[in-house]
Amino acid sequence: MAEAAALVTIHLMKKPKVIVLRTAGTNCDNETHAAFKMAGADSELVHINELARDEKFLKNFQILAIPGGFTYGDDIASGKILANEIKYKLNADLKNFINSGKLVIGICNGFQALVKAGILPGINSGTIESTLSFNDSGSFIDKWTLLRVPSEVEGRVNKCVWAKNLPETIYLPIAHGEGKFIPRDNDVLNQLRKNRQIVFKYVDNPNGSIDDIAGICDTTGRVLGMMPHPERHVLGTQHPRWTREGLKERGDGFMIFKNGVDYIKEKL
Amino acid sequence: MEWKIEIKNRKGVFDPLGNGVKKDISDLGISGVKKVNVSQVFIISGDITESDIKRIAGELLVDSITEEYLLWAEGLAGQRAKGRVVEIAYNPGVMDPVEESARKAIKDMGIYGVKSLRTEKKYFIEGKITENDFRNICEKLLYNKVIQHVVKEHSAKRIERSNGYKFKLVTVNLLGADDKRLTKISKDGQLFLNLKEMTQIKNHFKKLGRNPTDCELETIAQTWSEHCGHKTFRGVIEYEEDGKRKIIDNLLKNTIMKVTSELKKPWCVSVFKDNAGVIRFDEDDNICFKVETHNHPSALEPYGGAGTGIGGVIRDILGVGLGAKPIMNTDVFCFGLPDTPHKNVPKGMLHPKRIMKGVVSGVRDYGNRMGIPTANGAVLFDERYIGNPLVYCGTVGIMPKDKSFKAAKCGDLIVAVGGRTGRDGIHGATFSSGELTHESETVSGGAVQIGNPITEKKLTDTLLKGRDKNLYTAVTDCGAGGFSSAVGEMGEDLGAEVDLEKAPLKYQGLSYTEIWISEAQERMVLSVPRENLKELMDIFKKEDVEAVVIGCFTSNKRLKLRYNGNVVCDMDMEFLHGGIPRFERKAVWSKPSHRECDAKDKKDFTQDLLKILSSWNVCSKEWVIRQYDHEVQGQSVLKPLVGIENDGPGDASIIRPKFNSKKGIIISNGINPRFGFIDPYWMAASSIDEALRQVIAVGGSLNRTALLDNFCWGNTDKPDRLGSLVRASFGCYDIAKTYGVPFISGKDSLNNEYSVHGESIAIPCTLLISAISVMDDVTKAITMDLKEKGNLLYIIGETKDEMGGSHYNLINNCVGNNAPTVDAKKGLKIFNRISEATRLGLLRACHDLSEGGIACALAEMAFSGGFGIEAELKEAPYEAKSSKAKRDSIILFSESNTRFIAEVKKQDKNKFENLMKGISIGLIGQVSGKKDLKIYGLSGKKIVDTSLDKLKEAWQKPLRW
Repeated sequence: MAEAAALVTIHLMKKPKVIVLRTAGTNCDNETHAAFKMAGADSELVHINELARDEKFLKNFQILAIPGGFTYGDDIASGKILANEIKYKLNADLKNFINSGKLVIGICNGFQALVKAGILPGINSGTIESTLSFNDSGSFIDKWTLLRVPSEVEGRVNKCVWAKNLPETIYLPIAHGEGKFIPRDNDVLNQLRKNRQIVFKYVDNPNGSIDDIAGICDTTGRVLGMMPHPERHVLGTQHPRWTREGLKERGDGFMIFKNGVDYIKEKL
Repeated sequence: MEWKIEIKNRKGVFDPLGNGVKKDISDLGISGVKKVNVSQVFIISGDITESDIKRIAGELLVDSITEEYLLWAEGLAGQRAKGRVVEIAYNPGVMDPVEESARKAIKDMGIYGVKSLRTEKKYFIEGKITENDFRNICEKLLYNKVIQHVVKEHSAKRIERSNGYKFKLVTVNLLGADDKRLTKISKDGQLFLNLKEMTQIKNHFKKLGRNPTDCELETIAQTWSEHCGHKTFRGVIEYEEDGKRKIIDNLLKNTIMKVTSELKKPWCVSVFKDNAGVIRFDEDDNICFKVETHNHPSALEPYGGAGTGIGGVIRDILGVGLGAKPIMNTDVFCFGLPDTPHKNVPKGMLHPKRIMKGVVSGVRDYGNRMGIPTANGAVLFDERYIGNPLVYCGTVGIMPKDKSFKAAKCGDLIVAVGGRTGRDGIHGATFSSGELTHESETVSGGAVQIGNPITEKKLTDTLLKGRDKNLYTAVTDCGAGGFSSAVGEMGEDLGAEVDLEKAPLKYQGLSYTEIWISEAQERMVLSVPRENLKELMDIFKKEDVEAVVIGCFTSNKRLKLRYNGNVVCDMDMEFLHGGIPRFERKAVWSKPSHRECDAKDKKDFTQDLLKILSSWNVCSKEWVIRQYDHEVQGQSVLKPLVGIENDGPGDASIIRPKFNSKKGIIISNGINPRFGFIDPYWMAASSIDEALRQVIAVGGSLNRTALLDNFCWGNTDKPDRLGSLVRASFGCYDIAKTYGVPFISGKDSLNNEYSVHGESIAIPCTLLISAISVMDDVTKAITMDLKEKGNLLYIIGETKDEMGGSHYNLINNCVGNNAPTVDAKKGLKIFNRISEATRLGLLRACHDLSEGGIACALAEMAFSGGFGIEAELKEAPYEAKSSKAKRDSIILFSESNTRFIAEVKKQDKNKFENLMKGISIGLIGQVSGKKDLKIYGLSGKKIVDTSLDKLKEAWQKPLRW
């Protein structure tokens, strides 16, 4: 009842509620929060302890964003300790959240956590089907990358609601040491292709990712994980070449946030 | 039960870390290594069952896609591996950052029996190498004995980290000590206090009729150390130059600080008082900037030293006023030459390439984890930095206007927050005041620390929440000197009492003095009104940050320390802070004479240009820059690398700290140690000019620009070293004053010498000038890459016969004698006109002229923009003392100050030239559609002709590691 009432209020206000999840070492929370606000959402920064200690509730939000950073220092492996925490403390709540038709986006470290918690790619729910490992260069790299959005050209549109109506290529920066996407085996890779779960591919692979994969969604298309940072390209001045190519009002990453926010406005 | 879990890559999985080590091994000159694999080892002890440990290993520690694990207890790790194996562990007492987070994760799994957790690294090296090679690889690459050791086979029992500590009050017999004995007490105790200071302390305690405790003596040593007190700059100096003598009473007040006090800029909020300089940003906020050095620790343990360096300066910013939010980092390094043969590296010193790699990864891992963009910096090389690299770390912060000042109050509680206290960094402050010797690594090993950025990140997040709720009255970072400096500083005008046993410890066994002076990282001290304590503690608790009340501020102006009720220190604050005897030194400066360059003029300078582009100082630093996250927080407007392929050398970085405002901050730096070989006065002048040039080149203006000074010098007890420091300070005053830019903060590091075979070698005098400038509209910013074919290229400013210290001379193995000078009156006009031109949108590109002069700047603009250039030198404004000095080589490569190259659209020609009336400019050429650089000499003949690809390759190749 309470949830239905909450949805009605949202419908009236038309401002989807976003939870930007923080914990020790999260560091892209503010810009992700700002990007959602620019896209017309009502965003809130929430520490994971607040969920675990029942001070805040996941069910009161429509979009969950797990931003970039080095949660718990990326000790053991990137995103691993956060993934472990999600698995042991938030598992049921998160499953309900996804199953109720809501949206999730994990960016960089958030993507690593979703993959290592077995939420992405989610072909067989709860199993680890892929990983994000050290870049082939062995080093952290900050670089702008051109991303191909697999589309009509390949005869099939990817199913991700976050990637609707994006141009064929978008330009976003990566900043990671462990971004090499590796599926467990060819079966998993074929499933990803068949299910249209591959959302972004690098044009010029910067880290050795298998099949140039930069971002994937789950089988519902509502949970997106990506290594590049859309929140770092929402303003024109964030583009590395705006002084030569002209200043635009919005950057390529903005549409991704807008898609998420608009989806909730329409569907929920 | 102790379990050992080894995590290794699955067969067939590429190991990038192992591959990196393999590359480093071949850099050592050791061939024959076929393959290197790196495994992570976890040693977990406690009350843990086999099924639990398998869950921990299988679910948490191993990545099931790429890795597998071996459990020691199952005897699998005992298998013989192919090739050689070495296992590296941290020394007892060195913080292992993985311990805390891994233990948390195990608890999250519902397993509670873990008592301790350590990690080790295990290297497997396959291939044909000798025992000697293997030892070299281990010692030169895989571990650093300052913080690590090789685990011997079957050495299951390790040195216990802790022994219990039993309280025993220690006093030091000063009253009965003669001069010789006083000197020995200072030396043996690593106090680095001179005899005059020791005598002063002795006399003070004589009056009290007792000897000091060890804790009291240590507190004085920390407070009086060069690192904390800047006693040289504030002392009395008898200065001699050209036979003329003068007495300078407080060099700092008479030069650097005098600029600021005379300029009286209304936007200077807090200067030379707090942890950092503070200036106005907009109606709501102030910004602050601080640059620190962390040289000696970085020489011994580059990774830990640089990491804690950046960690320390970030805490400086967190401790300005009531705390500022760090929004940008800047890093400048000076190293020995990376291609130095291993046999030429002095005993006990690390190879420059290893130091550089360690320093870069230290800054990378700390800065990136903190989520602060490292967006500006420089890397310089000179053989004299080999035993004493320089690591400058800077941070910019932003804070609400009403949070810019602090004042602890009597009765406030002293709260220690953040990391725990351990033996790390004991004697760091006094250690940096001494000279490095090959014994330094053993004597001062305790001065080196490994940081834990996540602890500092948590501290940052929560501290700023407490600030915004006005829950404390003052905050200071625990930097050099630890609690002793932090509490001593905050309570200077009040008095303080501390119960040392209350400080949370990493491990047992620390004496009361060790707790008091430990420089363990990631700690801050707050002054908290009693009524706010609960609310503040709740904020910390919510995000798992440890905070503990360790004492309170009083009003009796005494520093009183207790350990379990026993008084271990009871001192007068006034003596502690005001008792230091004035420092008196002699200083002499005389102009040295260097060999002039005898390179003959020639018909073609293409090779010289390529050589300069490939020289260590000039070449691309992309290898460094890309390892730093320079865009986190999403505020970057101009990134360090610019141009058509995002890889050209930008002049300065710009950020906009608020998403909804166009107001921005420009950060740049100037550093020219090579000019200091000739004259430190002009080195200082050139460094200021360079930092300001870069601000102007990207579209800034002088009227909201401030400077920071960081002096790294040799031992200024020696008159010649101090003489050059005085002369550089004069240069700072004259030039900054005329340009109208105030200094707002600074720091000095004055003992950068190292001894080789008993001979003391000083680093080149190195002054880093950092500039910070507020820009009203960042959308007016410009970059240095050429934008379109057909545009006009102007040189602004005069080229002079000033080849001294230039890179052209460097590649011709000489220094020369005429260093670039600065005419600040003329310069001021040039700077202001260019600012006006960018404001009007007349410039499509602008690049400041520095290393490598006109030739290098043209090349950089061309290959960064992907457009060619045709240029004629005879159009460059040139001022020659004699006709003999009017030569192609000088115009091409002179590094005269206050010059720019600007790209202007043809239709803006008249507007631009009108605006520049009265200033020396020359239309030297055009942007061409061809992909090459053609420069015509004074005679009209072509003297440089090469493709952009060749130029760029020469520039990028050296640091493509």
